[in-house]
Amino acid sequence: MIKLTLNGAWINMKNINELTALRDKFKNSIAIRTGDTAAANGEKHVLVCGGTGCHSSGCNAILKKLKESLKTHGLEDKIKVVVTGCHGLCALGPLIITHPDEIFYELVEPDDIEEIVTKHLIGGEPVLRKVYHEAIVDGKLISFHETDFFKYQHKISLKNCGIIDPECIEEYIARDGYQALAKALTTMTPLEVIDMVKASGIRGRGGAGFLTGRKWAYAYLTDSDKKYVVCNADEGDPGAFMDRSILEGDPHAVIEAMAIAGYAIKADEGFVYVRAEYPIAVNRFEIALKQARDFGLLGTDIFGTGFNFDINIRLGAGAFVCGEETALLTSIEGHRGEPRPRPPFPAIKGLFGKPTILNNVETFACIPPVILNGPEWLSKLGTENSTGTKVFALGGKIKNIGLVEVPMGTTLRTVAEQVGGGIPNGKAFKAAQTGGPSGGCIPAELFDIPIDFDNLLSIGSMMGSGGMIIMDEDNCMVDIARYFLDFTVEESCGKCTPCRIGTQRMMEILENITEGRGEVGDLEKLEELGEHIKASSLCGLGMTAPNPILSTIKYFRHEYETHINDKKCASGVCKALFQYVINEKCIGCTICKRACPTDAICGEVKKPHFIMQEKCVKCGVCHDKCKFSAINIG
Amino acid sequence: MKKIKTTAGFMGTSEQKEKLIAMIAEHKDIKGSIMPILQKAQEIYGYLPLEVQQIISDETGVSMSEIYGIVTFYSQFVLNPKGEIAISVCMGTACYVKGAKDILDRISANIGIKPGETSKDGRYSLDATRCIGACGLAPVFLVNEDVYGRIEKPEDVDDILKKYTES
Ligand SMILES: Cc1cc2nc3c(=O)[nH]c(=O)nc-3n(C[C@H](O)[C@H](O)[C@H](O)COP(=O)(O)O)c2cc1C
Ligand code: FES
Repeated sequence: MIKLTLNGAWINMKNINELTALRDKFKNSIAIRTGDTAAANGEKHVLVCGGTGCHSSGCNAILKKLKESLKTHGLEDKIKVVVTGCHGLCALGPLIITHPDEIFYELVEPDDIEEIVTKHLIGGEPVLRKVYHEAIVDGKLISFHETDFFKYQHKISLKNCGIIDPECIEEYIARDGYQALAKALTTMTPLEVIDMVKASGIRGRGGAGFLTGRKWAYAYLTDSDKKYVVCNADEGDPGAFMDRSILEGDPHAVIEAMAIAGYAIKADEGFVYVRAEYPIAVNRFEIALKQARDFGLLGTDIFGTGFNFDINIRLGAGAFVCGEETALLTSIEGHRGEPRPRPPFPAIKGLFGKPTILNNVETFACIPPVILNGPEWLSKLGTENSTGTKVFALGGKIKNIGLVEVPMGTTLRTVAEQVGGGIPNGKAFKAAQTGGPSGGCIPAELFDIPIDFDNLLSIGSMMGSGGMIIMDEDNCMVDIARYFLDFTVEESCGKCTPCRIGTQRMMEILENITEGRGEVGDLEKLEELGEHIKASSLCGLGMTAPNPILSTIKYFRHEYETHINDKKCASGVCKALFQYVINEKCIGCTICKRACPTDAICGEVKKPHFIMQEKCVKCGVCHDKCKFSAINIG
Repeated sequence: MKKIKTTAGFMGTSEQKEKLIAMIAEHKDIKGSIMPILQKAQEIYGYLPLEVQQIISDETGVSMSEIYGIVTFYSQFVLNPKGEIAISVCMGTACYVKGAKDILDRISANIGIKPGETSKDGRYSLDATRCIGACGLAPVFLVNEDVYGRIEKPEDVDDILKKYTES
């Protein structure tokens, strides 16, 4: 098959040499973006982050302005503008980065562009007021790689995110893309591929941490005329966006890995199940699929080896339980996404009744470099039983909200204080939540624990898919537990009783506690119910649903007790447990009265005001607006 | 999400129906095609009233009870149309710990409908949605396609809403 690449060169992707020739052709143009000034040869690149975070904060307007400005200065052919995936520092978006001089700009607004173009790109002098504030130390510029956010990170699954243009297959190929597939197909047997994955020690990044190599081996050993490879991109943890960022920033890595998996287990068809809430990811993945087909990297007789493989996309429709592997398969088959009992495991009897392996996006993204560099390359990183790195979506009360990838075994403290930059507004750390609705809250006292699969389990949480929410003194742990339980109650598919009814009963008790009707003995009841639900539910949703409650009871029992015994919420979150009251400092300025959305405040000008509790919705606006500290939380 | 029966009168056009039937014909032989068909049908109509479900059932031979079961299982499928001004507040964890609930309450008080409702005149709808993955900008809400993030105080929503309510 003869193909025309986007750049006009004829290639024949039927053998590995052609791939390598293409890689070498584009290698230099990418090396510029990884600190190789020699490769630049006078060329300049400006990368505009097009990740979801930056997208929402307005990168399109920046891009438009940048292109216009370069055009007016006659530079549109001299300076290359590239839209990339997420760089990780979403809190400071929109971001742009220049290469090869590696200047990282934060919080860029359209009006800053002209100055950046004239002063920096033309004049050679970075616009310091817009440079990433951590990259300026004592008035001097340092490389952004040396800032706390970047220096503790080690990127494997995210290695191309923020560097390549995800809509350009040549850029992926230039970063050794599809070399691992070529190596596997032309020099390795399926068993050798599986053994290499096994030896790397890689465990699934989607939740349970099952050994990927072992899963593949089961599917390999099951005889069948048809097998499937499925990628789980449902990313249901509310507060996680790792998988989304990989699909958006480096979709070919997932395609390549799925094809490798297909070769290893002898499957010829793959499915990617993506959340419908991720339109950019779906769109980029579709583009990537088309390019891979055009280049002969998907389809029939790949690299002339007789191996056939292609991938379909299926969109989720907003059901958390569909992240669970058997429910996901049921959903692809076109039914209500209810889980099925295991065994039989999908590796034996999966999609449409055929042997199927199912892996998470991040797990797949780690596979090509393992095949290319050998298993030790991964296993030398991390801890004994958790090799490699893990991507976390840092969120909540933390300065550097965004996406980070650190070696397994990094402590929570390093992630929160150094990489995350600590808590804003000088507040105190209270807890970190990992594992989403299946995980638990880790108190500040345990922040020195190295993060890996087993350590997190031993302290009552779990790795989950990688959401990490930091909480400060203003967050009420009872309310957080209620939040997660509310989520699982809503998302429970209803098929098994412990999960459907049990979580509902736990919810009622928790609601009583947060609304001032808690009773002595409630905590023991919650603990007992929780243990039963964990032991008897059908799928992982129910088996883990009590974790947020059990872990907060374990580490924050006193907080539950003040809610139950004193009917108080010290963080001022549980609305039934406090009131806003106006004190004697009120001078009758009427600001609060005018600000109140429900007209709950009465009083005449220059006379003390009064809050009618029955109308008050406790939004706190009056408290924030009062200039005289005249409103108490009591 | 609790599903209420379709309350709005059905006003599908014959053009929409033609599109729907053509789309079904194109997909129905793919394995497990009912989900993609429902998703595309919702793109055509904006929601999935019983009338549309019936057409899908007739065309695919999948029973109405099965289709209704699927539609009510997945929160993305809706039985009622969204308002012209569709507001959704992200209730992902990152947004929640940064006060998304207060923002939802404020908007609800402001436009006078509860989450999950569409106003009688069809002008507004309000939803508490699952994580939209814009955690870096938490707390976040959406008005139609526009994303508003980094909301510092609940009352900041008032000015944003004014842009829509006054036009
Ligand atoms: C309720 C529930 C939700 C889940 N959600 C996800 C998810 O969103 N993404 C994911 O990759 N795995 C999720 N999992 C884990 C999957 O069942 C499965 O273990 C995983 O996708 C396997 O891939 P891995 O071995 O690469 O981790 C979920 C599990 C449960 C029980
Ligand atoms: S989206 Fe730009 S840094 Fe994450």
